[in-house]
Amino acid sequence: MKLLEYQGKELFTEYDIAVPKSYLARNQSELNQIIDKVEYPVVLKSQLTTGGRGKAGAILKCANKEELVPKFTELLNKEVKGELPKVILIEEAVNIDKELYLSLFLNRGKRTFSLISSSEGGMDIEAVENKVIQDISISGLTQSSAETIAKKLGLSGVTIESFSNIVIKLAKLVREKEAELAEINPLAILKDGTCLALDSKVIIDDNSIFRHPELRKYLQISELQEQAEKSGFSFVELDGDIAIIGNGAGLVMSTLDIVNDAGGKPGAFLDFGGRATTETIYKALEVISKLSKVKAILVNLFGGIVRTDLVAQAILNAYEDGMIIVPIYARISGAESEKSKKMLSNSNAKLYDTVEEAISSLMQFMRMSK
Amino acid sequence: MNNKFDIFDILVGKPEDPDYGNKPVIIQGITGNFGSVHTRLMREYGTNIVAGVTPNKGGQSFEGIPVFDSVKDASKTFNAKISGIFVPAQFFLSAVKDAVNNGIKLLVAIPEHVPVRDAMESLEYAQTNGARIIGPNTPGVIVPSVNKIGIMPSQPFKKGNTAVFSRSGTLMYEVSFYLSKAGIGQKIALGIGGDPINGTNLIEGFDLISDRDDIESAVVVGEIGGDAEESLVQYIEKTGFTKPVVAYVAGRSAPKEKRMGHAGAIVYGNYGSAESKISSFSRVNIPVAKRPAEVPSILMKLMK
Repeated sequence: MKLLEYQGKELFTEYDIAVPKSYLARNQSELNQIIDKVEYPVVLKSQLTTGGRGKAGAILKCANKEELVPKFTELLNKEVKGELPKVILIEEAVNIDKELYLSLFLNRGKRTFSLISSSEGGMDIEAVENKVIQDISISGLTQSSAETIAKKLGLSGVTIESFSNIVIKLAKLVREKEAELAEINPLAILKDGTCLALDSKVIIDDNSIFRHPELRKYLQISELQEQAEKSGFSFVELDGDIAIIGNGAGLVMSTLDIVNDAGGKPGAFLDFGGRATTETIYKALEVISKLSKVKAILVNLFGGIVRTDLVAQAILNAYEDGMIIVPIYARISGAESEKSKKMLSNSNAKLYDTVEEAISSLMQFMRMSK
Repeated sequence: MNNKFDIFDILVGKPEDPDYGNKPVIIQGITGNFGSVHTRLMREYGTNIVAGVTPNKGGQSFEGIPVFDSVKDASKTFNAKISGIFVPAQFFLSAVKDAVNNGIKLLVAIPEHVPVRDAMESLEYAQTNGARIIGPNTPGVIVPSVNKIGIMPSQPFKKGNTAVFSRSGTLMYEVSFYLSKAGIGQKIALGIGGDPINGTNLIEGFDLISDRDDIESAVVVGEIGGDAEESLVQYIEKTGFTKPVVAYVAGRSAPKEKRMGHAGAIVYGNYGSAESKISSFSRVNIPVAKRPAEVPSILMKLMK
């Protein structure tokens, strides 16, 4: 779960990591309530999950009260990579001396947490050359090892203590909130030498949410997503018009690639997991049926233990109930496949022995329907 | 990392062992839905399941297999070194500790949705005590014609001389199915697991087979997320691994910053991208199949 900037900053505040004084507004009337409390200049920041907000013009400076309303309205209606903000963060500007970069992240290969820090903040860290990268123990980080990092970055005076305090607090946050990533970019050094987090990027381990009721309020999932998850499915909505259903995340990803190679545009990824029963397939089709952009459905089931007639029955039921109208192309190898082909012979679904054959027929249909 | 750890030694044993190819296995979570179905299937395949564990169900039995409250209780009667873990994710860490504390050396961790923190703590605990975890979120491991610990169907696998290491379950079945169909059997097929943290990673898989004369080649089924494939390539460069290798990488068309089903299948920037993995393999001349079905023909060309 990737937190929005203001949500990450709420966690920072909880852990006593300094952030600018700020306000949140979802609409004009919420803005009206704060308009006279704000000390100008302020920075308006669209709260989006996508990156690159600065370049996309989703962060605006605002010098006075008069500018606030039009700029707020502009941001609220500004779509970035298909995403509209639900809320705008209004932050009072601070006097910055210098910007740093700091992040703690789960280093998967090393099975540990690593720290990256740099004295060049505010930019894409992949492009920065002078950086400190080291493994750290998020449960046992000491003041002296944090200060060593500060000194490596060339920090001096009160900044050493302020920076190393933030490193230690951030490690505590990562440990206690079970984050996979906690990034502060930029981390500002103010005129008085102390540090303050200007931005936040925090990703929480989805699998740990069950023991973090306090973070559940940040969950942002669509109704459809929720319905899919209740059935135990993994579901990702994509940009195209072909829905892809299968048993296994890897298999569905692989099918996405083959469809893409054939010139198709996947519109949904749905992995229904281990059991291919009539009920699970029907439920998977039900989720897909809510996506009006879908023009065809591809089902790719690794068989072996799958009884294909159960799958065929689910498809028949979905058509009979009028839930699905679009054609279904299915690759289902497994027991009873001849019987299943017969069951579906009068329907809008076709069974194939290989996924390549299924995709080739599907693409023929997509070309014809254009 | 415990480089000396030989999974074959634990799973199959040595020819002089009285229980060679018939090593005793404990199933933790045997009475659950998943655990019971797959205990039956594993047994049918020839896995020697001697005991099951479900807290508070000690004294019961499942199809003739005695059930205990803990591995500790089971280990008083049975000297097993292998455990298949089928418990719900939130009980995973305590199941691992129970197993490791009571003589289990190889833990095959099936549950999905184990929190990263628990997985890391489990791995550390196992490693400190000389045990090894496969998974979590793995379909398990199969030595065709000997035994399987996990949830994989048996039909796709045939005995032979290649090794399949996969980050995805169904793709492990799919690729093995195509290999078997083309006459290329497997000495072992091992699921790395779809989570960000894996008890046995690709490098440890390759380390297991590098010196074995009965394994001629390897197949890597990778996917987006993390840098396991890139690290494997570095390992291959460093050690001069010489057996023919074919790779496949799923998720070329996946969007960035979206978790594609597996907790570990997510791309941030270039980190974890399919391009990064494919270009790594290409750097050491490891061919990358575009589709699972292509793997056998590419491998056969390399073997000539």
